[in-house]
Amino acid sequence: MTESLVRRPRTAKPLFEGAEWDFPLMQEVYEAVKDIALNDLGLDVFPNQIEVISAEQMLDAYSSVGMPLMYSHWSFGKRFVRDEMLYRKGYQALAYEIVINSNPCISYYMEENSMAMQTLVLAHAAFGHNHFFKNNYLFQQWTDPNGILDYLEFAKRYVAECEEKHGQEAVESVLDAAHALQNQSVFRYRRATKLKLSEYEARHRERLANAQASYSDLWRTVPRSRKNKEPTQAEKEAAERMLRHRLPEENLLYFLEKNSPTLQPWQRELLRIVRNVAQYFYPQRQTKLMNEGCATFVHYHIVNELYERGLISEGALMEILHSHSNVVYQTDFDHPHHSGMNPYALGFAMMQDIQRICVAPTDEDREWFRDIAGCEDWRGALREIWANYRDESFVRQYLSPHLMRKFKLFVLSDKAADSEYNIEAIHDAEGYRRVRNALADTYDVGARDPDIQVVDVDLLGDRKLILTHKRRNKVPLAEGDRDKVMRHVKRLWGYDAVLNEEDAEG
Amino acid sequence: MPQFIDRRLNPRDKSLGNRMRFLKRTRARIKEAVDKAVRERTIGDAAKGGSVSIPSDGINEPMFHDSDAGGDRQRVMPGNKDFVTGDRIEKPKGGQGGRGRKGADDGDGEDDFTFALTESEFLDLLFEDLELPDLIKASLKDAKLAEPRRAGYSADGLIPNLNVLRTMRQSLGRRLALRRPSRSEVERIEARLKEISDPPETEALRDEQLRLREELKRLKRLQHAIPFIDPIDVRYNRFTRVTVPRAKAVMFCLMDVSASMGEREKDLAKRFFILLHLFLRRKYERVDVVFIRHTHEAKEVDEHEFFYGRETGGTVVSSALEEMIEVRDKRYSPAEWNIYCAEASDGDNSGGDTDHCVELLNEGILPSTQYFAYIEIADRDISSHWSGGDSKELWRGYASLAESAPNFAMRKVANPADIYPVFRELFARQREKGAST
Repeated sequence: MTESLVRRPRTAKPLFEGAEWDFPLMQEVYEAVKDIALNDLGLDVFPNQIEVISAEQMLDAYSSVGMPLMYSHWSFGKRFVRDEMLYRKGYQALAYEIVINSNPCISYYMEENSMAMQTLVLAHAAFGHNHFFKNNYLFQQWTDPNGILDYLEFAKRYVAECEEKHGQEAVESVLDAAHALQNQSVFRYRRATKLKLSEYEARHRERLANAQASYSDLWRTVPRSRKNKEPTQAEKEAAERMLRHRLPEENLLYFLEKNSPTLQPWQRELLRIVRNVAQYFYPQRQTKLMNEGCATFVHYHIVNELYERGLISEGALMEILHSHSNVVYQTDFDHPHHSGMNPYALGFAMMQDIQRICVAPTDEDREWFRDIAGCEDWRGALREIWANYRDESFVRQYLSPHLMRKFKLFVLSDKAADSEYNIEAIHDAEGYRRVRNALADTYDVGARDPDIQVVDVDLLGDRKLILTHKRRNKVPLAEGDRDKVMRHVKRLWGYDAVLNEEDAEG
Repeated sequence: MPQFIDRRLNPRDKSLGNRMRFLKRTRARIKEAVDKAVRERTIGDAAKGGSVSIPSDGINEPMFHDSDAGGDRQRVMPGNKDFVTGDRIEKPKGGQGGRGRKGADDGDGEDDFTFALTESEFLDLLFEDLELPDLIKASLKDAKLAEPRRAGYSADGLIPNLNVLRTMRQSLGRRLALRRPSRSEVERIEARLKEISDPPETEALRDEQLRLREELKRLKRLQHAIPFIDPIDVRYNRFTRVTVPRAKAVMFCLMDVSASMGEREKDLAKRFFILLHLFLRRKYERVDVVFIRHTHEAKEVDEHEFFYGRETGGTVVSSALEEMIEVRDKRYSPAEWNIYCAEASDGDNSGGDTDHCVELLNEGILPSTQYFAYIEIADRDISSHWSGGDSKELWRGYASLAESAPNFAMRKVANPADIYPVFRELFARQREKGAST
């Protein structure tokens, strides 16, 4: 920051002076921002669609999980009335912008923003987030920015049609149940594609041939170990069931949609809609830290560069930096308003730290980050990181000792059996790796959501659905909600369902 | 090239549908909260809507999530001051189980859900199961008014009903379709012709002049042939006559302002009047309010005077009733108006006047009145009044009326918190009295 505040000879007239904005001016500023984003930082973005909205419309957008259109459900109304009250009473300010992972990339800007703030959010959303959405591997693999708006359009229409045909209550009860399961209804890995019949036969033939070629009668004479007994009939059947239903299955809505004995086709389609929406948002949940870090870093670089080029005035820069530093403020753990790590603060600090490591590494950095330390090309390094990491791997790989010291991070362990908390590690030589690993774990969405899987179901017998919750570190599920969600599961399944809890290994 | 879109002018209330769904789902609970709010707040505030809190159990959205307690967990926190590895810190005590876990039964404690209702939502809920008394009164119900209502447009009608906007729109469409030359087109050519000096200096200019003159002639001919407004363009507002129940009501507020009515009594009476007024306003298109206050003589006054005027004297209740009859006869014919009357008093009356009041009510007022509510502002300690015996003069006199007349009701009120329940009792949908008569 000090660097940017040094007065340099102004080369151009600032694009704007006052707080007022209008569309031609925004266009002009957009072009200036774009020049830096594309030619200096080398970002690669979807075409932008920039929409200016009022506070009320922002509240609307909030309540429909930030999407421009969404199917109708009372829970969105609930969110709306709550946010509206918080906003009207002044407990909560509204976001300056919302950006949607779509192609073209739609971003909403509040009309109340001053021109300086519009400059900031243009850089932040239209280039920072936009670049991240387009280039990060999770988004590339799992979301379809070209189709999402059409899909939501379809979902909205479909839900409305169902309500007309089957009644609002019937539809809402399915959606309620589906919403309860949506966090357990994403695919975390690519599934093996089903083989075509010809491919399947070819593989089968190959195996037979291989078995014949490598046949040796000697193996028959090797005695079986006592553990490997001949499986019983029941075990065989269970194994067969597992195979048939591709169990265990962790995508609960997917399983219910495909296998529930009682659901109507339209109900299955509703489950599918909820699950698809959850899948669409899954990458965002995994990359909150990086996404905000990337956008914040981009806007910070761009506004400083605009100032360097004399395109914004000192006053505008100060206004932007004031807002910026509010956003990236990290409260200490003992601060009354502390609510965990601020993704903007940590994300931005890490991006800046990577820039520093590339340009001016210390000996420590050279030891920890051999691949990028002193490589000078921080733009390339950051782009590479933005494309190929998610929060968890990003922290595990790139959180530097320098930053751990700066944030004064420490690990507190809380064991149920213990009457005291224990400080496991702090920001010192022995602690760096443990702090870093512990922090990375907290960003692992897969490990944060309870691990619940369908393990068995006997469709020919009593049709009881058996789910298992694997407790990590013996942490149980919250009982009240667990029982309520299980009621939803039973309703969707149509028969009895049980949830067994067991401790995960390791 | 980015696309800029100004969405601010888009239709508002995109979330209205979801909001209504939410309110519908939680109607019963919100209703409870609204009733409670009215009891606690002043009427003026309550009627403004505002925030209500409802228990969140009916509207929570359960999900599988880890419990707050139990198991082993690690937290990474910033801002270490003086901890070193291996430090041990006492856990907070007191059944807290580590991290504030409330409602052990439920597993996860929940706060009430607080949100804001608009004024109309609030009033809807407030008056949801209340009904105007005696709307079924036969003679009045039958008398309906035929009112002209707008019903689209028609191609014929009376000149005063001409709809200029619609007519011009039709005309514009027709002119565009028939390619009638616009005035600006003609003016442009005329201006150009004027620029060219006459006679023209060059051959080219002369050609142009000739061409333009031809063109001008053609355009003028077209303009003449295609009228600016044709009879087929003309549209009229169409009205149909719709019969509607009469939607006018007048509310008489009668109050005793003699010395015995103090600040507290007046305040209670005021709240009751306000509530009644709000209620009537929801049901009728137009509600007039007449304020009559009385000591030993009655007078029609304006609202401010009614509540804040200082005048003292004796107490003759019948004077107010007589004044009301007089005002009614002068301005509010029962054939046209729904008449409601609310009387508030501390129950004192001068000796012998009560019989006169009962007579007036019985013969002059009740037959033409939809509803007459009498509330007696009791002493703070209401219990002594329930024991009977020492009932006030007016109460004893009216008691006989309450039995015989179905559109007469009386209640006692001692605290602000009583007002709303009493009001509900008076206007509840299935009134005992209504059922018995």
